[in-house]
Amino acid sequence: MSVLERDPDERVQVLDEEGRVVDGATVPDLSDEQLVDMYRNMKLARHFDQRAVSLQRQGRMGTYPPLSGQEGAQVGSAMALAERDWIVPSYREHAAMYVRGLDFDQTLRYWMGDERGNSLDGLNIMPVAVPIASQIPHAAGLGMAIDYRDDDAVAVCYFGDGATSEGDFHEGLNFGGVFDTPTVFFCNNNGWAISVPREEQTATETLAQKATAYGFEGIQVDGMDPLAVYQVTREAVKKAREPPVEELRPTLIEAVQYRFGAHTTADDPSVYRDEEEVERWKQKDPIPRLEAFLRDRGVLDDERVAEITDSVEAEVADTIEAAESIERPSAESIFEHVYAEMPRRLESQMQYLQRLREQHDGELLEE
Amino acid sequence: MSTTQNLTLVQAVRDGLKCELERDDDVVVFGEDVGENGGVFRATQGLHEEFGEERVFDTPLAESGIVGTAVGMAAYGMVPVPEIQFSGFMYPGFDQIVSHAARMRTRSRGRFTVPMTLRAPYGGGIRAPEHHSESKEAFYTHEAGLKVAVPSTPHDTKGLLAAAIRDPDPVVFLEPKLIYRAFREEVPEEPYTVELGDAAVRREGTDVSVFTWGAMTRPTLEAAENLAGEVDAEVVDLRTLSPMDWDAIVDSFRKTGRAVVVHEAPKTGGLGAEIAATIQEEALLYQEAPVKRVTGFDTPFPLYALEDYYMPEAARIEDGIRETVTF
Repeated sequence: MSVLERDPDERVQVLDEEGRVVDGATVPDLSDEQLVDMYRNMKLARHFDQRAVSLQRQGRMGTYPPLSGQEGAQVGSAMALAERDWIVPSYREHAAMYVRGLDFDQTLRYWMGDERGNSLDGLNIMPVAVPIASQIPHAAGLGMAIDYRDDDAVAVCYFGDGATSEGDFHEGLNFGGVFDTPTVFFCNNNGWAISVPREEQTATETLAQKATAYGFEGIQVDGMDPLAVYQVTREAVKKAREPPVEELRPTLIEAVQYRFGAHTTADDPSVYRDEEEVERWKQKDPIPRLEAFLRDRGVLDDERVAEITDSVEAEVADTIEAAESIERPSAESIFEHVYAEMPRRLESQMQYLQRLREQHDGELLEE
Repeated sequence: MSTTQNLTLVQAVRDGLKCELERDDDVVVFGEDVGENGGVFRATQGLHEEFGEERVFDTPLAESGIVGTAVGMAAYGMVPVPEIQFSGFMYPGFDQIVSHAARMRTRSRGRFTVPMTLRAPYGGGIRAPEHHSESKEAFYTHEAGLKVAVPSTPHDTKGLLAAAIRDPDPVVFLEPKLIYRAFREEVPEEPYTVELGDAAVRREGTDVSVFTWGAMTRPTLEAAENLAGEVDAEVVDLRTLSPMDWDAIVDSFRKTGRAVVVHEAPKTGGLGAEIAATIQEEALLYQEAPVKRVTGFDTPFPLYALEDYYMPEAARIEDGIRETVTF
């Protein structure tokens, strides 16, 4: 039986909080190498995240949305995709984007205010979408286009629990159902939309059950269990490619998880939630869970973990250096990609800015 | 020799869509009731039958979903031509238009583009219910990354629509439903384009330049004709509102030294203000009189019992021209 066929209220889990395989669960068919990759990706994302927050605190980067606690959902789901598949991220999916080929220096550049960080040449990743839920119809549209072209790809759309209250959640999922698109709607339910708890977003028991209203399956998964997330996503993607008779291709996955940190570096979560709650969720931390599982399996030991830790720290240090050593984008780049061909009026505004810079060099831009 | 058909403006929309559907397999037409029903104004009549469900299809009744899925399709390389049934219902899709369609090229540094043509009938004068009569072109011209076209003749409709669909950037294509069936014109059968950003001088004159577009072009021309002998008015149909043909505006003004702008939209923050300001910037020393704006009022569009008071029509435009010339 596909895990997707379970009751939406029944949460899929492979590993318990101690990293032991839960009764009746099947460990997904991943090689040791893939499992170590999964572990390393999560470690890397965690370390990157901590360094990114500290860059912001030191004034080296603008507002940044941390992801610590959510590595399992992002890495587990992104690793379940094929090269040809697409992801449609919100603004917190740095780890999923990394797994799909976007280096973290690009992510840093974006949050350092450089639009080139959102330039994703050659990758099947849509740019970061900031307005909540607005990327969900894009994923349905991608699915419609994939279908039109008779391609074999799947579009996976990420959004948070707060997004399920938006009209675009409804419209996106509804189009997905009506046009039966190869789309996986992946909800990172981290419990909080800034300061508003999940319970205040909707009166439904789960978010997964909302799928029923669109005629396709919804499934709740332990979002801090990367193996369960991988398994559920892989089945959803498989179903999107080859749906069983009389079943629709989309799936709504609700990955239940917790953000350990703030909504963004501009937010102070101590105002609205207890430290005790945070500590309780930290018991479910995906990284030690997978580590315990891999140690038990004989794939990881102290030496291997230390090696991975060192390589992760080195990679992040290089990433930060790469992001910070890039020259500021040119002033002209403000105008360059507004239209395929620059209208005359824009051209004259660009020339005006050039003249201003010649006359007031150094006064216009804070260094 | 090329053959022509005698078409109304809405028939020219349909013919333009048909030519583009034939030309490019990536073009898809969709929206509410555009499929089998052929659109509430019959702008897509017969296209569903001719091109099939994959190319011309109905969507759920959801404007944000329509524009949002168009953005996703465009990212995958398709050329979406969605219809919003009335421009008064574009607002649920407004976030998708301004936050995504308009910004996608900038945001992705050119990797992703949205070559969408978003069609919607606009404007008053058809005795319609609430929300069916507004002219809110200024919302879209205000947004960087969008283009805005408003045809006023069947010939231009087909050509501008083809240019919009072939354009690599998103175009909001506002159709003057007041004149959907008001008159016919010979329209070439073969595909052609009317370049975006290119105004048309509909009537040459030397005393005053009257700038207008869409459904206001006809009453403006009527006013100019009524004044012939007394005033020699030049009438410029802007056709594309973004990018605006500033050269045509400034050139005409330098010739006449006087300007009237006619639009259905409310006066405050309307494009008349932008045109007046540009004339000040570019041609102040040619100016003989204040720039006159003959526009809708700064009120919600009234229900139809009173809409004739709201809409500029020939007599009001004549007054505006006369006041400008006799200043």
